[in-house]
Amino acid sequence: MFANLSVHTLIHIIVALIFPPFLLGVINRVKAIFGGRRGQPLFQAYFDLRKLFSKDSVFSETTTWIFRFGPVVGLATALIAVLIVPLGHPSAPLSFSGDLILLAYVLGLGRFFTMAAALDTGSAFEGMGSAREATYACLGEPVMFFGFLVLARVTGSLSISGLLGTELAAGWGGEAASALLLILISWFVVLLVENSRIPFDDPNTHLELTMIHEVMVLDHSGPALGLILYVAAIKLFVFAALIVRLALPLPGDYAGANLINWILFLFGTVVVAVLIGVVESVMARLRLPSIPNLLMGAGVLSLFGMILTLVQL
Amino acid sequence: MTSHELVLISGLAATASGIPALLLGKKSNVGQLLATLGLVLANCVGVCAIYRWWIDGPIDPLLLPSPIENVSVSIAIDGLSAFFLVPILLVTAMASIYGLQYWKQSEHEESGQRVTFFLNAMTGAMILLVVAHDGLLFLAAWETMAVSALFLVAAEDHIAETRKAAWLYIAASHFSTLCAFGVFALLYAINGSWDFALLKETGTPLAITMAALAFFGLGTKAGIMPMHIWLPPAHAQSPSHVSAVMSGVMIKMGIYGIVRICTFFPEIPLSWGLFVLAMGTISAILGVAFAVGQHDIKRLLAYHSIENIGIIIMGLGLALIGRAVDQPLWVLLGICGGLLHVWNHALFKSLLFLGAGSVIHGVGTREIDLMGGLAKRMPTTANCFLIGAVAICGLPPLNGFVSEIMIYLGLFHVATTLESTAASAAVFAAPGLALVGALAAACFVKVYGMVFLGTPRSEEAARAHEAGRAMIGPMLVLAGCCALIGVAPILAAPFLDRMAVAWGGEAIGGLSIASSVPLIPISIIAAIIIGLLLAGTGFLLSRGIGNAPKRLTWDCGYAAPSARMQYSSSSFAEMLVKIFSWALQPKVHPPKIDSLFPPDAHFESHVDDTVLEKAVWPTTRAINWLFSWGRYLQSGSLQAYLMYILIVTVFLLVWR
Repeated sequence: MFANLSVHTLIHIIVALIFPPFLLGVINRVKAIFGGRRGQPLFQAYFDLRKLFSKDSVFSETTTWIFRFGPVVGLATALIAVLIVPLGHPSAPLSFSGDLILLAYVLGLGRFFTMAAALDTGSAFEGMGSAREATYACLGEPVMFFGFLVLARVTGSLSISGLLGTELAAGWGGEAASALLLILISWFVVLLVENSRIPFDDPNTHLELTMIHEVMVLDHSGPALGLILYVAAIKLFVFAALIVRLALPLPGDYAGANLINWILFLFGTVVVAVLIGVVESVMARLRLPSIPNLLMGAGVLSLFGMILTLVQL
Repeated sequence: MTSHELVLISGLAATASGIPALLLGKKSNVGQLLATLGLVLANCVGVCAIYRWWIDGPIDPLLLPSPIENVSVSIAIDGLSAFFLVPILLVTAMASIYGLQYWKQSEHEESGQRVTFFLNAMTGAMILLVVAHDGLLFLAAWETMAVSALFLVAAEDHIAETRKAAWLYIAASHFSTLCAFGVFALLYAINGSWDFALLKETGTPLAITMAALAFFGLGTKAGIMPMHIWLPPAHAQSPSHVSAVMSGVMIKMGIYGIVRICTFFPEIPLSWGLFVLAMGTISAILGVAFAVGQHDIKRLLAYHSIENIGIIIMGLGLALIGRAVDQPLWVLLGICGGLLHVWNHALFKSLLFLGAGSVIHGVGTREIDLMGGLAKRMPTTANCFLIGAVAICGLPPLNGFVSEIMIYLGLFHVATTLESTAASAAVFAAPGLALVGALAAACFVKVYGMVFLGTPRSEEAARAHEAGRAMIGPMLVLAGCCALIGVAPILAAPFLDRMAVAWGGEAIGGLSIASSVPLIPISIIAAIIIGLLLAGTGFLLSRGIGNAPKRLTWDCGYAAPSARMQYSSSSFAEMLVKIFSWALQPKVHPPKIDSLFPPDAHFESHVDDTVLEKAVWPTTRAINWLFSWGRYLQSGSLQAYLMYILIVTVFLLVWR
């Protein structure tokens, strides 16, 4: 399980802890450029975090310990997730056969407590956000698993490091390429919904009625809000890492310590962030009733991917 | 004493342990206390029997004296029996202790004696059921269990709904018993003996009929969709500790029957495995979808039982597919995942029913939309319920995750093994299971949030009180077991291995569960999660959240939010119910506005059981109509009856 206690583990942990808020800056910068603005500094998210962590908090008198505990569970689960997903090295610090299920379920645990914390305030707005998050998660989860199944079929592995490891390059070169492409597209849709981006949710909206993620955390303040912002960044990073490793698999003859892979990987995540920024700039948020249709569309794409690999191999 | 003698004593003692309650008067809490003590002691003897079996290993079946010649009745413990004995012994004891305060005989003089007596009788019947080694004892125990449960469901028979639920239960239960009779009659016809033994071949029509009867008949008891119709009303109407036993262990007896009967078949066709897997997946998805639409807390939990039975059946289906195509790893992961889920579901579902019982005790209603804010008034119940809720969603670091990861791993091994396309179709169950997990999380966030969080939605909820010690204790024990299996699943591994060998024999191929499933990494991850949670809590506390000021919830600047402005359970579920409306057929009664100044309006929405409403009631009505023609024969006039006798006599004379 801890197979590679090496310098890569150290880099992995440092990158996973420090890099994610940068992606938020990239997305904002892209949107600013599209809007003809100069935009906030690239490192704005770090300044926000520092400010929030040094603030005091106010709590709703309705709330219980669940409300305070929600962001903590979010942090714990996001950290576990980012330790399971491989970054610029073939295998992640935590890796075992079956960890792909853990990834989905540990994120589910974080979601459970975020939603519960939202309901703890007794506000209808936060109830709405929580209900929407729960609904979209139901539609996104099967898509993730279709992707995992295709990758398991192609690589013959059951750990994320194996699924997105050196075996994958052969898959892109062979018959499985079309299925992998379908999975890549549907996973990008999942990334958008899981991280509450346009067209599912508008992170910059100012109307509580239309929000999903933002409305769930309306009542959080100070360090707890800081944790939530940080967790959101890590979660975005985790999904970006999945996409990058799927799209740019390490070469089959990967030899070991190679810093170029790290740089390529980080560059890849920035490209994903730019893509998100472009999507947010050129699209409007969908009407709520049509969101399930888009998610089901992604589900059907990934289902086709699954059928393709079953028939081909 | 041998393990078989011990388990026989345990079963008989448990059956008889309810007698003091009958003897000591209607209002006597002493009788109830003695009965409960007797049951706990009998269950302790059962634990000793398991311990003996664990040390001695398998021994020859114990033959009991039988009044009929050439017919023997025998009991035997094997890995499978012992595996099912564990939840029976634990859950019934906990529920019985809980009942001391929840269903005090002094407060329920109409039904108290009955509930105490039949709960114990049902426990004894279930103990004997899982150790029966022949069809006769199995059927006797099965029927005792089924009938005892009827009296438990009908505890509050002054309520019309309860009588209806009890009728539905006994009708479904008798269908199930009838099929069970068919199964063992066929076993006798094929093997010439009532003993549990291997059939000679699988492909004969008799054997296939036997398998079908077992799946549909015993599956009715287990509550597999679409045979689940009796389950939601019966669980909703019975006292909560009875619901805990019924949902936690009684419906598992249907699973036990199916799993046991699977061992009679020398080989399993692939189509059987695929069918069982498909039924399990459908049951799991639709069970949880129906649960999302409920706003009666016990009906909701009952639909979750259907979901979890579906997950168990998925594991069994995977194991059968593995047997069909000779894949030992699939067999092992399927049967261990499915049956560990039997344990897990017994733990967290009885915990949730007991928690629901405390809530109902405190608030006096089963309606989720009349609760709210109970975490402040009943904190221990709330925390126990939360553990149950997280566990039933299959989330780490609790026990539901362990059994679900086994089934997932089995399904993923199907994806990575290059088998025939038909066998590969099994992989479609994996995204189905993911959907089930996400829906369950949605549903339990809803329940926990609406019941325990926010502000009270009714005066009763605002006045609710914490449950007493006899009710809290069992919940704590069950919650502890959920956490234990979740954090240290390796403890269950030896039990699982023995069970798997007893079930699969050579089909397991000598594999062990500890080497096939990452049990140690699961423990490590659980430890890391707990460590991170402590660290995060410490961080927030160090930032002074402990003594932060308290203000009103943000409501867009509105300063007087009321409890009725909160999101309700129906509004929380609305989007999901819409997505599944093709199956759920939700009924909405919106208010009609027909004047310029509308008066007080009323809105109502509910999700009824589609199978019951659209299939079972129309069918039974048609049958009733058909048989009503027979009434013409029974005219009530003596002359007509004399004429029938004459006709029959003449007919018989002519026919001879």
